[in-house]
Amino acid sequence: MNFEIPNFAPAVPEIFVLIMACAMLLVEVYRDQSKDCTIIYILSLVTLAIAAALTLALDNGKTQITFDGMFVSDSMSSSLKLFTYLITGAVLVYSRKYLMERDIFKGEYFVLALFSVLGMMVMISAHNTLAIYMGLELMSLCLYAMVAMRRDSREAIEAAMKYFVLGALGSGMLLYGLSILYGATGTLDISEMATIISAGLSEQDQLVLMLGVTFSIVGLAFKLGAVPFHMWVPDVYHGAPTAVTLFISSAPKLAAFALVMRLLVEGTGDLIEHWQSMLVFLAILSIAIGNLVAIAQTNMKRMLAYSAIAHIGFLLFGIIAGSGNGYASSMFYIIAYALMSMGGFGMIILLSKKGFEADTLEDFKGLNDRSPWYAFIMLILMFSMAGVPISLGFWAKLAVLQALVESGFVWLAVAAVIFSVIGAFYYLRIVWYMYFEKPADDVTPISSGIDVRIAASINGLAILLLGIFPASLTTMCDVALGLY
Amino acid sequence: MNIEPILFYLFSTILVISAGAVVTVRNPVFAALLLVLAFFTCASLWILLEAEFLALTLVLVYVGAVMVLFLFVVMMLDINLTQINEGFTKYAAPGIIIAAIIVIEIGLVLGADKFGLEHYPNPVGHDADYSNTKEIGNVLYTVYLYPFELAAVILVVAIIAAISLAQRRRRDSKYQDPSQQVLVRREDRVRIIKMASEKRRSSGEEDS
Amino acid sequence: MIELLQSIWAEVPLVLQIVLKIVVIVVPIMLSVAYLTLAERKVIGYVQVRIGPNRVGPRGLLQPIADGLKLALKEIIIPTNANRFLFILGPLLALAPALAAWAVIPFSENVILADIDAGLLYVLALASLSVYGIILAGWASNSKYALLGAIRSGAQMVSYEIAMGFALVGVLLAAGSLNLQDIVLAQEGSIIHWFWLPLLPLFLVYFISGVAETNRAPFDVSEGESEIVAGFHVEYSGMAFAMFFLAEYANMILVAALTALMFLGGWLSPFQGIPGLEYLFSWIPGFGWLLIKMAVLLFLFLWFRATFPRYRYDQIMRLGWKVLIPVTIVWLLVVAVAVLAQLAPWFD
Repeated sequence: MNFEIPNFAPAVPEIFVLIMACAMLLVEVYRDQSKDCTIIYILSLVTLAIAAALTLALDNGKTQITFDGMFVSDSMSSSLKLFTYLITGAVLVYSRKYLMERDIFKGEYFVLALFSVLGMMVMISAHNTLAIYMGLELMSLCLYAMVAMRRDSREAIEAAMKYFVLGALGSGMLLYGLSILYGATGTLDISEMATIISAGLSEQDQLVLMLGVTFSIVGLAFKLGAVPFHMWVPDVYHGAPTAVTLFISSAPKLAAFALVMRLLVEGTGDLIEHWQSMLVFLAILSIAIGNLVAIAQTNMKRMLAYSAIAHIGFLLFGIIAGSGNGYASSMFYIIAYALMSMGGFGMIILLSKKGFEADTLEDFKGLNDRSPWYAFIMLILMFSMAGVPISLGFWAKLAVLQALVESGFVWLAVAAVIFSVIGAFYYLRIVWYMYFEKPADDVTPISSGIDVRIAASINGLAILLLGIFPASLTTMCDVALGLY
Repeated sequence: MNIEPILFYLFSTILVISAGAVVTVRNPVFAALLLVLAFFTCASLWILLEAEFLALTLVLVYVGAVMVLFLFVVMMLDINLTQINEGFTKYAAPGIIIAAIIVIEIGLVLGADKFGLEHYPNPVGHDADYSNTKEIGNVLYTVYLYPFELAAVILVVAIIAAISLAQRRRRDSKYQDPSQQVLVRREDRVRIIKMASEKRRSSGEEDS
Repeated sequence: MIELLQSIWAEVPLVLQIVLKIVVIVVPIMLSVAYLTLAERKVIGYVQVRIGPNRVGPRGLLQPIADGLKLALKEIIIPTNANRFLFILGPLLALAPALAAWAVIPFSENVILADIDAGLLYVLALASLSVYGIILAGWASNSKYALLGAIRSGAQMVSYEIAMGFALVGVLLAAGSLNLQDIVLAQEGSIIHWFWLPLLPLFLVYFISGVAETNRAPFDVSEGESEIVAGFHVEYSGMAFAMFFLAEYANMILVAALTALMFLGGWLSPFQGIPGLEYLFSWIPGFGWLLIKMAVLLFLFLWFRATFPRYRYDQIMRLGWKVLIPVTIVWLLVVAVAVLAQLAPWFD
């Protein structure tokens, strides 16, 4: 058998991140143990920056497939990877002080974060069901460990257990689905799978394919946290250290979007009428239950968790539309959501102090009196999440709804609007608390780390600016999905 | 007489029974041992499928290493079974119903009428000199290089995660480090000082 | 005469043939085990300037038979609250893999029960099973010393299996086959062609791991009679105890046989390729050479026991994980490069 050395060039960012993560492990062993691991923290940020530069430099707008069809690098993968680096970097900046105050500022934390980014990159660039699964497991394994990192906290351990058990169940479902797909099509390669499916299969194989797609969708729904497979989301978001919640709620969503795109759209795109109806069911339930239950929450993290479920519903709407515009709007939506969610949890981190988690709604009361600037940033975030016009969230929702209407799902669009309006209530309630209620007991201004404050400010301003000028982001998504 | 079907049904029966017993048996040590049996019969089935390399690896890795560590943990646990079984009756009925529905559904799709032998004929057996060890080696490091490397990364992550979660110096626990104890030298413990000799005191003074 | 025997043999049904072959292998092994115990006592005796057993039979030669009879006649005591089933299963599980592994051992060219391709893997898989007997015995005994011994032995065996496996990977690389017969044939040439030379570190690692895997001194912390009485088999008596004894010695012989096959040229004559001597010793059959090599290695086992003090538990772990495993990994790279470079005279 002849062995051709694969073309490593498209995968250079992945290789770089892997090498750096391993190098950081070594640095962690040999560094000065009397000091804290700031050097690892800086190294991880530098790694992400260089990986971004490499990704930019290697992106030539063409689709490159290497490693015997396991790996694909196209414009979608490049843009999603860039946002993954950006968001992960911001997450690390947000979490530095939080981690220090809770004794989990450890080298392993950053190494695991980088490995998890590697997992996301693999998922984003997967062109083979095997690679999809490997990337997913790599990412999830790191996240499980990061949730459990704070070992003295009962909630964190419980959250880690739930996350791990349900995550394993979801992975099992997905793996079962993928193996049935392999059985029906005889290939693991995404594009070969698509060719075989479009060539038409015998009736019995069709049935098997549908079973495989069903199981895959159940697995995906577990990972995305779509209703009725959402049970873990609130508990994990609530129990995990806020810094980890911040991470879980942002960057992995991008990878999950890529997963849906690669598997459902690129792989089994010809079976759209089969999976479309399942996704409709998931999306409607997600947006309904997510928004309704969020109203009843008094804990900020739980509320944002249910809000995440509702936003996943919107993401699925874009996929349901089944058109290029729909996919682009989905991508736009998920990037916007990742930025907003990062800001939201970032604000919780900003408000928290040593020995105090600012994660109830009460803690946001009278924020305007304490720190008008951060109250304003929170205002932007909440408006954006609610989809108040001329905000980033508004454009994202609008794009999805447009795509839905174009594809003839008017009733879905109407339902989405209704639930979004219901959902707006609990976002605006926070704004009410911040501006029109008196602070509970603590009236001192926010005094958090300088890097956290800068990150929160930039995050808020970026969302404000993108809300005023959304065209850049939408164009990028259109380019990424080859609509131009 | 063809012995293969007999072996197949023998191993399959043992496999199904032992796998079922893993979840129903009360003693966790027996459960772990039955799982070992399940792995073992599974490996035997794989050998019937001419996958001897995978079968032996299954025994080597799962039976030989993973389950040993499993047994280790299970043996040291003091599990209160009544406490665990508390919710059983409450969840049994819905659980059984859901499981039955899933089994029926999968059965409808994957039933014998669609997956019978007429649809999927017996694959052609290989010659005696065919070595699937070699075949796996040939593709594992070429076509499947990428997932193989990813699997390595996943294992590294598992190690990092396990160590970072498990390794923690508890300040309140006192433990001995034998290697430190052995390395102790006389100079660390006893200080010998030089001093001028003193006059012997009388016995009466010594007592005071 | 031979033809007649062959024709009779051909008439015997296949199943019976296999059973007969197994008997032909197992009975001598059991006898060797019995006399290995005598040899051990004699060797240690002489090392300690004693004579060793010399009362039963001429020069003590019937001692093992007497011991066997004694153990067979003793009552098997099952401790209170012990898990009866597992307590009995333990010794069986310890002995079975030690005997089953002999199926793939070639005693001479084409003299082998089952000539399978993945023979090396099979041996390794079975070696990894023997730990179950010990762990189960320790747990089922309902005794703290037994449990301690079982835990120690389990951790030790799982650890040393890794080094052992890596050493075998080196052999696999060098021979290019997992078939034990092919591995021996790959060493053909002369004593220099045997793998002990190019794989010297792996040879040492394998033998040390082999000693550890069989829970022999100086790695016998799982018995550790001075600390935990007798470790995992403290509660055993009579034939059940004898089974553990048999398993331990059968495993020793197995490790010696495997080491001889993989590193010392198996049944090949050490004088191969040397003009005069090769002819001079050509009357010794291949099987004889294998026996001689095994005897030398088994003597090393006994010598170790007579010479070395017992390792401390943490030292065992350190040796396994921090010395043996890194050594094997480094040497694997060396071997891989040597094979790629087709280094003469081994890999050309």
